Amino acid sequence: MLRLIKDTLISQVVTLWRVFVHAFDKTDTVEYPDVQPQMAARWRGRIILSRDPDGEERCVACNLCAVACPVDCIALQKAEDDEGRWYPEFFRINFSRCIMCGFCEEACPTNAIQLTPDFEMAEYVRQDMVWEKEDLLINGTGKYHDYNFYRVAGKKIGGKDKGEARNEAPPVDVRSLLP
Amino acid sequence: MAKITVDGIVYEVNPQNNLLQECLSHGLDLPYFCWHPCMGSVGACRQCAVKQYRNADDKIGTVVMSCMTPASDGAIISIADAQAVKMRSSVIESLMISHPHDCPVCEEGGECHLQDMTQMSGHNYRRYDFKKVTHRNQNLGPFINHEMNRCIACYRCVRYYDDYAGGKDLAALGAHHHVYFGRQEEGTLESEFSGNLVEVCPTGVFTDKTFSEHYTRKWDLQTAPSICTGCGAGCNTTPGERYGTLRRIVNRYHHDLNGYFLCDRGRFGYGFNSSDNRITEASLVSSHADEKGVRKPLTQQEAQRQFDALTAGDVVGIGSPRASLESNLALRARVGVKNFYAGFSAEQQRCMQAVIAINREQGLHCPDIRTLEQADCVLVVNEDITNTSPRFALALRQAVRNRAAQLATDARIPLWQDAAVRELAQNELSPLFILSPQGTRLDDVATETFLSTIAQQVALLSAIANTIDASVGTAATDEDSAEQARRIAAALISATKPTIVSGTSAGSEALIHATANVARALRKYSVQSAAINLCFAMPEVNTMGLALLMEEGGGTLDEALQRLARGNADAAIVLENDLSLRTTPAAIDAAIAGTDSGSAVWVVIDQLHNSFNARAQLLLPVTSFAEQNSTFVNYEGRAQSSHQVFPADAALRPGYEWLTPHDPLSPLLTTSETILFHSAQTLAAFAGAEKLLPPRTGMQALMKSPRQLHRYSGRTAMHAHSNVHESKQPTDRQSPMAFSMEGLSLQKDSSLLSAAWAPGWNSNQAISKFQDEINGELKQGCKGVHLLQRTLPPQSAMAVNSAKAGKKGTFVVYFIDHIFGSDELSAKSPAITARSVGPYLCIGKSEATALGLHQHGLARVSNGDHVVELPVLIRQRIAAGAVGIYCGAEINRHLFAGSVSVAPVNEDDNVLARSRQMFSDLIINDSLINNSESGRG
Ligand code: SF4
Ligand code: SF4
Ligand code: SF4
Ligand code: SF4
Ligand code: FES
Repeated sequence: MLRLIKDTLISQVVTLWRVFVHAFDKTDTVEYPDVQPQMAARWRGRIILSRDPDGEERCVACNLCAVACPVDCIALQKAEDDEGRWYPEFFRINFSRCIMCGFCEEACPTNAIQLTPDFEMAEYVRQDMVWEKEDLLINGTGKYHDYNFYRVAGKKIGGKDKGEARNEAPPVDVRSLLP
Repeated sequence: MAKITVDGIVYEVNPQNNLLQECLSHGLDLPYFCWHPCMGSVGACRQCAVKQYRNADDKIGTVVMSCMTPASDGAIISIADAQAVKMRSSVIESLMISHPHDCPVCEEGGECHLQDMTQMSGHNYRRYDFKKVTHRNQNLGPFINHEMNRCIACYRCVRYYDDYAGGKDLAALGAHHHVYFGRQEEGTLESEFSGNLVEVCPTGVFTDKTFSEHYTRKWDLQTAPSICTGCGAGCNTTPGERYGTLRRIVNRYHHDLNGYFLCDRGRFGYGFNSSDNRITEASLVSSHADEKGVRKPLTQQEAQRQFDALTAGDVVGIGSPRASLESNLALRARVGVKNFYAGFSAEQQRCMQAVIAINREQGLHCPDIRTLEQADCVLVVNEDITNTSPRFALALRQAVRNRAAQLATDARIPLWQDAAVRELAQNELSPLFILSPQGTRLDDVATETFLSTIAQQVALLSAIANTIDASVGTAATDEDSAEQARRIAAALISATKPTIVSGTSAGSEALIHATANVARALRKYSVQSAAINLCFAMPEVNTMGLALLMEEGGGTLDEALQRLARGNADAAIVLENDLSLRTTPAAIDAAIAGTDSGSAVWVVIDQLHNSFNARAQLLLPVTSFAEQNSTFVNYEGRAQSSHQVFPADAALRPGYEWLTPHDPLSPLLTTSETILFHSAQTLAAFAGAEKLLPPRTGMQALMKSPRQLHRYSGRTAMHAHSNVHESKQPTDRQSPMAFSMEGLSLQKDSSLLSAAWAPGWNSNQAISKFQDEINGELKQGCKGVHLLQRTLPPQSAMAVNSAKAGKKGTFVVYFIDHIFGSDELSAKSPAITARSVGPYLCIGKSEATALGLHQHGLARVSNGDHVVELPVLIRQRIAAGAVGIYCGAEINRHLFAGSVSVAPVNEDDNVLARSRQMFSDLIINDSLINNSESGRG
C-alpha cells in the first residue's frame, strides 16, 4: 500500500516538475503569419509560369504538363503568333485539385512551369482557386535563369531565323551541289 | 504457307511478303520508316535491320534489311540479336543528328512515328556535337504545313505523292545531306490527295495546317468512328474534338473502302462545323403586325412547341440526300409516306432508280474501292471522279499500275519491291479510257480521253456495246468512232477484271443505261463468268440511302413543290436541304408563294444558313455529322454507322429528335438505334440494317467504349473557369460509346476503333496492331451492311434514247464539278473556301477565237430566258460544240441546263485581273493559263 502511494506520488511530482521545466524551453510554436517561415527553394508550392531571359513567355503550349498531371488539373490551348512562336491562348490550373506533386515541372521541356515555395493559397471560395494564365505568369525566369527553349529549337520565330539556333548551320541552298 | 523462325519462335508466313511485313503482321515490334503497307519497300532508311542466319548451324549470321528480304520458307532471323539492335540504334542516331529540338512545338509530337521508333530503337542522348543542317520551309497552301528541318529523308512523301497519288509538284531536290523535299517553287500543293502526306510522313515535316490553327495533341482529342460526308464513297474517318469544337479529321482504316488514304475534301472539309454560318439557335419569323418579318430566337422547348403547332395539319416533308438515314426515316414517319417527298432533283431521282436496278442485277458487280484498285482495264464514263468522288480517282491511279504488277509477276519480282517494279514497268500502264466533255485530272494516266458531249458518249457507248456483242446497241456511224469503239471494246474484252465507272452527276438516264449496256454486253466474255464491275459515283453521303427509302414510296421533289404551289398543304418541312440547289428558283418561289387562299408554313431544319432557309418561317438548328449518330448508305448500298464524336451545343438536336414527336408517356428515348432497328423490321429496302447495331453481348453489354484515349488531359480544369465543381461527364444514352476515358480499352475490344493506339505505337501506324495481317481486315469492327442484293435476273440491254443535240449557234452545256466547292457543306470550311473558285465558263480555243472571247475575260451566257456574265477559261481539251459551266454556290444550274449561246462582254482591266487571280488557284491539267493572252483578238 505504502509502496503504491510512493510510486504514484513521486510520479506526479516528477511530472509537475517536467511541465514546469518546459516553461523555460525554446518554443516550437511558429508565430505564423507574424513570423514567416523560411522555405527551401525546392519546396513544391504555388505554381507559376515563368518568362525566358528575353522576357518572353516561356510556355510553348506543348501540353506535356497537362498530360503528366495525375489529377488532370491543367488545361490549355495552343496559339501561334504571326511569326511562328507557339504560346498558350489560355492556361488554367485548378488549384483545388492540384496535389503539388511537381510532375508538371518535371515534364516541362522549357522550364516554364515551376513550383514555388509559396504555400499561402487558401481561399474562402473554391472558384477562386482556378487560376488563369494572367494569374500564373510572372515577370521573371523563376528558378532557372538561363534557358531559352526557342534558342535551341529549330523552329523559326520572330527574331530568330532558320540556322540561328544553337548548333545550327545556315540554311542550305538546295540548288547548290557543293558538298 | 511458309514458316520462318524469329528469335526462336516459328511463325507461319506468306512467302510472297517480306520479313518486315510478316513480323509486323505477327505483332512483333520492329522499327521501320521507309516501308509503307501500301507502297512496299525501297530499303532507304536502314531502320528495319535484323539478323538473318543461313541455317540452324549458322551462329554468326548477317544483318539484313527485313523490308528487302523475302519471308522465304525456313528463314531464321533475330530481331533481338545484339548486333541488329546495335545497328538499329546507330541508324536512328544518324537519322537524328540534324533533327531539331522541336518536339514541344511540333504538330506531330505525341503521334510521331519518329518518336516511337527512336524509343523503340533505344537512342536517348545526342552525342553528335557538330552543326545541324537546316532548311527553309515553303508555303504549300492552305492545307499543309512544311517544316523541312524535321526530315529524316525516308522518301515516303515523294513515293506517296508522286508514285502513288500521281502528283507532279513534290520532289526530292538537292543532293547528299542537303536533300530537300518540297516544290520547285513555293506554292499550293496541286494533288487532290496532298493531305495524306500528313499521315504518310513519319515525322513533322508535313502537318495539317487547319489542325495547327487550333492544335490539340492526339491524346487530348475526343474521337469516334465516323463516315466522311464529302461524297457518296463512304470513306471512314476519325474526327477529333477538343473544347467543344471539331479540330481535325484523319483517315480511319477500312479494308474495302478508303484503306489508308482520304481525299483533301474529306480531310480538310470539316471547318463548316464551327463556321460563322452555322445555325446555332431556333428562330421564328414573327407574325405580329408591328414586327412582321422579324426573326425571333426561340428556346428549344418553344421551338419544339411551335414546330408541333405549325405542322399539325397537312404537311409536306422533303427529305435530303445529305441527312442521315435516321432523320429521313423520322421525317417519313412524321408526315406519312403519302406526304414524303425526295429531296433531290427529279432527274437525279430517275437516275438513282436506274442505278439501283442495275445494282440489283445479277452478273454485274459493284466494286468497292479496293476492287477498283485491282481492275486491269477501266472505262470511266463522263463522271469527273477526281472532283466528284475523289477517292475513286486515287484507286484508279493504282488500277493502271496493274500492268506493272503483271510484268513483275512474270519476271518473278515480288510486288513489294517497289522500286524494281516501277523500274521494270517504266511507263507501261493498264488501259484506262475516259469519256468526258473536258480534259480530266486522270488524263495523265489514261490510255485515251475521248472528249465528247453526253449525246456523243451515249452513241459511243452504244457502239462499244455493239462491237462487243453485235446484238446490242447500234454500230457507230462514222469510221472514227467505230475505230474508237473497237479499241475500247478490245481492251475491255481482253481484261480479266474489266471495270466501268460512271456517276449520276450528269443527271442523264440515257447515259446510265448506255453504260450498263456495255457491262451487260461484256458478260459474254467474262472470265469464268465472273461478274462485270460497274459502279456509279454518288454526289452526296446518303444519296443511295434516300434513293432506297424512296423505293418504299413517296413523291418527287417536283410533286412536292407543285402541291405546295397549289396551296394543298398547311406546312412544309424541309430536312437539311438547300432546295435552291435542286430545282429552279421559279419552282421554289411558286411553292413558297402558294395560292391566294393560303400558303404553307415553311419549317427548315438545317446546319448552315443559306439563301433558301433564310426564307423559312421556322428555322431549326440541327447537329452535324460529328454531333449525332447517323447511318449513311454509300454508292454500293453499304450502310455504315457514323458515331457521335462530341456532345453538341444544347440548342442543337439531331434531325430525328426534332422530327420524332415526343411521347411523354413513353419512357423510352427515340434514338438513332431504335429508328434504324424499326426500319430494318418494316421496310424491305433496309432489311438487315439492324446488323449495324453493335452486339450488346459480353463485355460490351456491361461497358461502353471510351471516346477518349487513356491519356486524355485536363478533365478537372477544362470547364473549371465556368464552374469549379466538375459536372458529371455527359452520358450517352444513344450509343455504345461514352464521353469518357473509362470503359473497354482498345486492347480488349476494338470493335469501335477510332484513334488507333498501342503500347509503343502512338502514331497512326499503330493500325497494324488491329489488322489481322498487314493490309488485312480489322480484327474487330463492322465493315457495314450491304443493303442491295443481286436479286434481279440479268437484263438484256436497254433501249437508249440518245440525248438531243443543241440548236445551231448554241453550245451544249455540261456542268463542271470541283473537289473544293461543289460539295455544299465542305465548301463552307475556311480551308476549302481558300481553294475554291467562283463560277466560270469553260470553252474551247477555236470556239473562243471565233466568238472573240479572251482568256479570263467575260462572256455573256444566255439560254433565252436567263442571262449571266461569267469569267472565261479557255481550255485546250474540251468537246467540240460544248461549253462547261461551273456554278459554285452562286448560279443555279437548273437554269442553264440544255444549251446556251455565248457572247463576249467588254471587260475592264480590273475584271481581267480579278479573274486571272481566281483562275490561278484552279488546278487543271490543260488550261492555257501560261499563255493567257493567246485568246486576245
Ligand atoms: S503539381 Fe502535380 S497535380 Fe499540381 S498541376 Fe502539377 S502535375 Fe498537376
Ligand atoms: S509543359 Fe511547359 S511548355 Fe509545355 S505546356 Fe506545360 S508549361 Fe507550357
Ligand atoms: S518530327 Fe517527331 S521527333 Fe521530330 S520534332 Fe516532331 S515530334 Fe519530335
Ligand atoms: S519529308 Fe517526311 S516523308 Fe518525306 S523524306 Fe522527310 S521524313 Fe520522310
Ligand atoms: S523500312 Fe526497311 S529500310 Fe526502311
